[in-house]
Amino acid sequence: MGIRTLVTLLVVALGVIAVLATQEAYSLFMPGLLQGAVLTVEIAVLGSLLAIVMGVLAALARMYGPAPLRWLATVYVEIFRGTSALVQLFWLFFVLPQFGVTLNAFLVAVLALGLNVGAYGSEVVRGAIQSVARGQWEASTALNMSRPQMLRRIILPQAFVAMIPPWGNLLIELLKSTALVSLITLSDLAFKAQQMNQNTFKTIPIFTLVLLMYLAMSLVLTIGMRLLERRASLGLARGRAA
Amino acid sequence: MTEQPMVRFDNVSKRYGALTVLDGLNLEIAHGEKVSIIGPSGSGKTTVLRMLMTLETINDGVIWVEGQPLTHMERNGKLVPADLAHIRKIRAKIGMVFQSFNLFPHMTAMQNCIEAPITVLGMKRADAEARAADLLDMVGLSEKKDHYPSQLSGGQQQRVAIARACAMRPKIMLFDEVTSALDPELVGEVLEVIRKLGREHDLTMLMVTHQMGFAKEFSDRVCFFHAGKICEQGPPNELFGAPKNERTRQFLHAVLEAG
Repeated sequence: MGIRTLVTLLVVALGVIAVLATQEAYSLFMPGLLQGAVLTVEIAVLGSLLAIVMGVLAALARMYGPAPLRWLATVYVEIFRGTSALVQLFWLFFVLPQFGVTLNAFLVAVLALGLNVGAYGSEVVRGAIQSVARGQWEASTALNMSRPQMLRRIILPQAFVAMIPPWGNLLIELLKSTALVSLITLSDLAFKAQQMNQNTFKTIPIFTLVLLMYLAMSLVLTIGMRLLERRASLGLARGRAA
Repeated sequence: MTEQPMVRFDNVSKRYGALTVLDGLNLEIAHGEKVSIIGPSGSGKTTVLRMLMTLETINDGVIWVEGQPLTHMERNGKLVPADLAHIRKIRAKIGMVFQSFNLFPHMTAMQNCIEAPITVLGMKRADAEARAADLLDMVGLSEKKDHYPSQLSGGQQQRVAIARACAMRPKIMLFDEVTSALDPELVGEVLEVIRKLGREHDLTMLMVTHQMGFAKEFSDRVCFFHAGKICEQGPPNELFGAPKNERTRQFLHAVLEAG
């Protein structure tokens, strides 16, 4: 799907929300839902940043780190990939305090989601680095670059382009997983919706608005990733058609 | 004091599992000498260059560059396998041009040529650009300096790759079948650049090639490899004109027949 189509879809989604918000049956819920949406966005953004940092670090550690670091990164990836995000949230929020470590719910949400998605992301980063042609490593070696110089200047810029689409998928997953944080006392969009629904039983307006809000958020993310992909591949694709 | 050879392979072997690619290679290359390596595929000729560029490790022996060990370093009077810092110090004297160019696709011709001088040698950007501009001029591509590799023909890409390698001011240049991936009409422009390089720069050159005519005209010495060993070597006139070894004769016969 082209960026133009995505933008049109986003405008339609936002337009429908705006129109519905003028109706009395819907407007009632808007302030509460928007409040929840802000928290959802905060957790998604911070969680995504943590996921990207962890993904890159874990991949580099597993590929090029000294043995202890490699081992540590492997343990991290396998634990966070091999158990569910919900269990991780509960563990950090309810079990850690038993060992004397109490973290606030917001921090737990960002940590659990970021670490969880980062574990998947490290495989994306690893695959993208390995997809860069061997000749690029050899040419960099022949120019006497150090390993960090090669990675930073030659390999990662090329791997970056290949990483963007799978990262887009992961970050949308992360955005949707934020609904889980309602189970650890946070009033995110999903929590607000459920709470209002229990109090009013106005299921149709509440969940229609919530659906549209999640859709708008994920469209913004998708469009952002597409723009990034287009920008990053500019150098690589230039003149390829010629 | 006798002059050290620029490169010396001292009883070097390379094995992949049970397969022996190079078997106790002894080879000395003098300062400024131009040596061509010819031979059938699988004879280990490309491996010689790749070992010297440290793209392959070796199983036995020592490679020396200007009297200093490349694959090893001295510790308490003994030779031990070299660490990366030592390898990088010695490797700085060597440059390589590849069959498949291996230009950095996300950089223009100019950026390809200034990248390593800036990041590795620590040159100022302006100085690196001045040096790269001279080299791109030498290979006849001044006008293409802002083009990306994907916008250049194979011959042009290979000429940029030569300029890029020269920008590091190596003493030894390795050419690994640098015209094999090119359309026939583009081979000439690349060979012309190599000729010029040989004339104008004080370079020791080692090339693996299938261009027998070029090897004959350009080299001081030709080595014929067969089954991981140097089967015969000598001045091009002798090796091409009156090969002594039966295998050399067979190979040259087959190649010239096809060519």
